[in-house]
Amino acid sequence: MKNVLSIFKREVTSYFTQPTAYAVIVIYLLLVMLLTFTWGGFFERDDASLIESFFVYNPWLFCLFVPAVGMRLWSDEQRNGTIELLGTLPLSTWSAIFGKFAAAGFVWLLALVGTLPIWVSINLLGSPDNLTVFSGYLGSYLVCLSFLAITMLVSAFTRDQVVCLIVSIAICFTMVIIGFDNVTIKLSQVIRGDLLEAIVAAGVWDHFNSLIRGSFRLQDFVWFATVIFCSLLGTSAVLSSRRS
Amino acid sequence: MIEVSNLTKRFGLKLAVNKLSFTVKKGEVLGFLGPNGAGKSTTMRMVTGYYPPSSGTIEICGISMLGEPEEAKRKIGYLPESAPLYNDMTVKGFLKWMAGVRGLSGSECKEAVARVIETCFLEKVARQSIGTLSKGYRHRTCLAQSLIHDPEVLILDEPTDGLDPNQKREVRKLIKNLGETKAILFSTHILEEVEAACSRAVIVDQGQIVADGTPAELKEDGGGSLETLFANLTTKDTQADQEEAA
Repeated sequence: MKNVLSIFKREVTSYFTQPTAYAVIVIYLLLVMLLTFTWGGFFERDDASLIESFFVYNPWLFCLFVPAVGMRLWSDEQRNGTIELLGTLPLSTWSAIFGKFAAAGFVWLLALVGTLPIWVSINLLGSPDNLTVFSGYLGSYLVCLSFLAITMLVSAFTRDQVVCLIVSIAICFTMVIIGFDNVTIKLSQVIRGDLLEAIVAAGVWDHFNSLIRGSFRLQDFVWFATVIFCSLLGTSAVLSSRRS
Repeated sequence: MIEVSNLTKRFGLKLAVNKLSFTVKKGEVLGFLGPNGAGKSTTMRMVTGYYPPSSGTIEICGISMLGEPEEAKRKIGYLPESAPLYNDMTVKGFLKWMAGVRGLSGSECKEAVARVIETCFLEKVARQSIGTLSKGYRHRTCLAQSLIHDPEVLILDEPTDGLDPNQKREVRKLIKNLGETKAILFSTHILEEVEAACSRAVIVDQGQIVADGTPAELKEDGGGSLETLFANLTTKDTQADQEEAA
């Protein structure tokens, strides 16, 4: 645990001594506010659950911005050769993986905390179901963590951050688009039955939609946990195989 | 302190290290000589626990690197070949962090950081960002991190690379002094460094030890010149290419 904390501290310091974290957080907040108050129709909808005005935009923004935070996690270590230094310290690969993952997750936690004025506004303007809003935030954060874990896995494969960014965005974007209603309708014209259901279930919306509507389904938590765990396990396997 | 037995490393079909065995005792400085691609860095990476060996055993102070890697790694201070560092940290911040990872805290940590900054002549750049350092300072910062926990075993991959002649002399002197109480394994291309700092040296070629002895013994084997012995025992690049092609 002490080792995880050491790696976490170093990574968090690194995020905030460079402009990356600030840039990603500020641009995400600007865009999400812009979308909420324009296309989202925050005032016109008269809906305090924030589903259509705010949460629904998060997966689209996350698939673009989360890889920007995660792309450096292992790519940078490999490019600078510091992975060799890290590999000879008395800490396990898992400590480094958890420490780095937690640090990137912390950056996104701060980004989501930055959107809390929206929650304060709906509480001042009306009487929302705060448990549903909390569930929406939880769903948003789980999507963030899933995309971070996928980006971390991709970054273990390459020392080039740009390659990592492009590949990660492509994977995360695919996960967002396959469950999107318009795409599902198109897909249903060529694929039917269980295969279509399986494809839709592999996407983010099937699990995110229930959470933003305040429904806590075990299958959704299992899906998020599986994506995160498998990606972290894959990261460990890739790092070990690169050394052997 | 360091006991390596039948160490072998394969990368696919390429045999990088072939049944290498050696020991380094406390108070001994073992020079690791060899041409480029001889397997020196690969051996060091295995001894430090970075690469898992294909076969063979490694013991550091009686602890198996394969069985208890974290315990064995605690005993080692390692300077990698390219002196990799985190460019976004300051020299002092980096050393503090390394001390923390090595289990030092509070006044112990402060003292250790102050000690290595003094030992490696880093006072001038202690508050400077690592990304702005010259090659020599980067190398010394990396050397400082290897000394931070006062390890029993030091493994230094080309420790004088990138240093100016004065710094090289100081580092050799430092290695020699540290060698009185520690077991040191260090690789170099510079033959005079062997005479200046080592109590024993091995010459490695194509992943195997081809000569082992004190600098004086090796010099004698080479008819009074280490360079002659090195040239006679090691494969030249062109020869290696021809052998590979055959």
